[in-house]
Amino acid sequence: MDLSYSAEYEAFRAEVRGFLEVHRNQAPGHGGNGLTWQKLLIENGYAARTIPREYGGYGAEPDILKSRIIAEEFARAQLSPGLGGQGISMLVPTLLEVGSEDQKRQFIGPTLRGEMLWCQGYSEPNAGSDLAALTTKGVLEGDEWVINGQKIWTSTAHLAHWIFCLVRTEPDAPKHEGISFLLFDMKTPGIEIRPLVDMTGAANFNEVFFTDVRVPAHQIVGRRGEGWKVANAILRHERGSLADPNVMQSRLNALIDLMKAETLDGSRVIDNPVYRDRLMAIQGRVQALRCNDLRLLSAAVNRQSAPLAGMVVKLQGTELRHELEGFAVDVMGELGLLYGDTPRLRGAGSWQRDYMYFLGLIIGGGTSQIQKNIIAERGLDMPREPKLARA
Amino acid sequence: MEFGLSEEQVMLQDALARFLSGTGGLERTRTFAAGADRRAPDVLQGLAELGVTGLIIPEAHGGVGLSLLDAALAAEQLGRFVAPAPFAGTAVMAPLALLKAGDAGQQATWLPKLASGAAVAGVALSEITGARDGAGVEARDGRLHGRAQFVVDYEADLYIVADRARGLHLVAADAPGLTRTDFRTIDATRPTGELVFDGVAAEPLKAGDGPAAVRAMIDAGRVMLAADTLGAAQDMLDQAVAYAKGRVQFGRSIATFQAVKHMCAEMAASLEPCRSLVWYAGHALDHLPEEASVMACHAKAHLSEVGTFVARTATEVHGGMGFTDLVGLHYWFKRIGFNRQVLGGPQAVRAEAAALQGLAA
Repeated sequence: MDLSYSAEYEAFRAEVRGFLEVHRNQAPGHGGNGLTWQKLLIENGYAARTIPREYGGYGAEPDILKSRIIAEEFARAQLSPGLGGQGISMLVPTLLEVGSEDQKRQFIGPTLRGEMLWCQGYSEPNAGSDLAALTTKGVLEGDEWVINGQKIWTSTAHLAHWIFCLVRTEPDAPKHEGISFLLFDMKTPGIEIRPLVDMTGAANFNEVFFTDVRVPAHQIVGRRGEGWKVANAILRHERGSLADPNVMQSRLNALIDLMKAETLDGSRVIDNPVYRDRLMAIQGRVQALRCNDLRLLSAAVNRQSAPLAGMVVKLQGTELRHELEGFAVDVMGELGLLYGDTPRLRGAGSWQRDYMYFLGLIIGGGTSQIQKNIIAERGLDMPREPKLARA
Repeated sequence: MEFGLSEEQVMLQDALARFLSGTGGLERTRTFAAGADRRAPDVLQGLAELGVTGLIIPEAHGGVGLSLLDAALAAEQLGRFVAPAPFAGTAVMAPLALLKAGDAGQQATWLPKLASGAAVAGVALSEITGARDGAGVEARDGRLHGRAQFVVDYEADLYIVADRARGLHLVAADAPGLTRTDFRTIDATRPTGELVFDGVAAEPLKAGDGPAAVRAMIDAGRVMLAADTLGAAQDMLDQAVAYAKGRVQFGRSIATFQAVKHMCAEMAASLEPCRSLVWYAGHALDHLPEEASVMACHAKAHLSEVGTFVARTATEVHGGMGFTDLVGLHYWFKRIGFNRQVLGGPQAVRAEAAALQGLAA
């Protein structure tokens, strides 16, 4: 047990901190713009750090602690850590793993620089938790795939230039072996996008309809029928990232500030022991998840495994965050009902919005119930439910 | 940067687990619970041979000189096997009192005896973590007056007693004027009781800062109880999963039913982060003084809540058998219940966590 960082890492931390002080005024929200900030971060190795130079990254050796230090220092300075989104977080790692040389050269650079935005075409109306049941069809005609079907929950489809999409191309194969992973331009004729307004009032999701969409045959990642394997390598990555305990810690600090500022019958809410007890219970759980995160970080650095500790993060993190935000609404009482452009609104409505938004995350990216199946079956080695005989 | 157990720490846990299962595990606990003896000398002797009684006592005083995190790992194993043995008081809180507030003579007299298991020390300070029935001890002219309840490791040869001003005193179990009243609690594995002091001549521990020593004892004691609960709850979860796999109803293993699986997954999901919390709190006791007290409170309160949830849910997974003495799950259930209340229940400990952070009015 040694929670200190060696001199090399302390020096690296000082370097990151120095960079952020010097370049603060170039960050988005501080006078700069997102695309030039991203370019600056890549040049200095603070974004796209381990992606090879020939594909537009910085080309450093993977170093989990340095990546962690970068994340911590950007969070501490409250500056944007660069561009995110499903192209950067999901497609780029996938292409690096299984993409062809041409695909890597064509797509990774523009995606990293923010010139190419992507959306993810996975879920369908009848393929949610059972994603492999998807039925969007791709038929090879000459040197083109002809695609018909529907996707749903497609975040940022209305903004995206391209889509990475799971399509059933081998209708006679077993369900996990009949899927292919295709890339195509969202301006291709035959694509219709309909926004889905969610309970927070935002329309980040969409329904996407494909009618005879023609895609060049070479725009496939991996081989025909390997799409499930291609997609699964990074789904696990998405689950953990939905519940960063360090973000939770800053939200908890904001909650404490809120309880010091808000009053009930003239007394600060923080001075009310009932509310304070609830706050401390939440703080204890946040601490437990932060310690769990430290264990996962250490296990990754030292090449040890802590599988169960990793499997519980999405479930515990999203549930706790939803509860934390909901408790903040209780702290405000009737004022917590205020939402949108209205007098007496607190925190720009973020507590109420995140309370609802995190219910979305409890459901999205593998519902809490699916997470429990995974924990039971893979973590505790409990048997799967027997499959129903086909009717 | 390393947040994990060393090879030596894993070996310590394995050795302790081998010994505790070798003494008979649950069967030894049952004979202890059913018998008239309030001590289990065979278990204590074995722990002494493994160095567990002297784990945090410096080598110069006959101990092993390990850390409080190591002690927490030992406590976890004792909870896992519901071991009928003293630990949090005699092996952790009492040595801390002697090391932090005792003089050289007191240390030389008592630490080797505690390390070898030749003497067991009880710790009477529960009034500082919440006095019930008006209990409390006062020191006047070198003599102690009053009552101390729920003594940790009560079946002892000497007691470390904290008075109301947080001064510490050493009292022999057979001191004139000291009356002991045994309590029966739900937990048959760790006897407790009440001490009544009627002008008992006591030896003060005054070489160090008494209140600081009391603070360190409470913090460490809480982490030990939290670790004990971690071990007990993990074992209950393991038993529940094993039982579910073997139990057949409706023609299939009940472990295939999502209703049962989700109960087990919820236990695992709540419990797994607790392991890291206990490690961190244990590490903080020795290395992170500014965080130690708050983290000890969080470990104690959070493990109490998760432990209670696991104790109830694991029992339920066993169906009717979980409710019986046949399976014996209730020993773990009650152990977790004991750990929850001693040295401050979750509500009291959370109130203290808030006060320590300057959040209380």
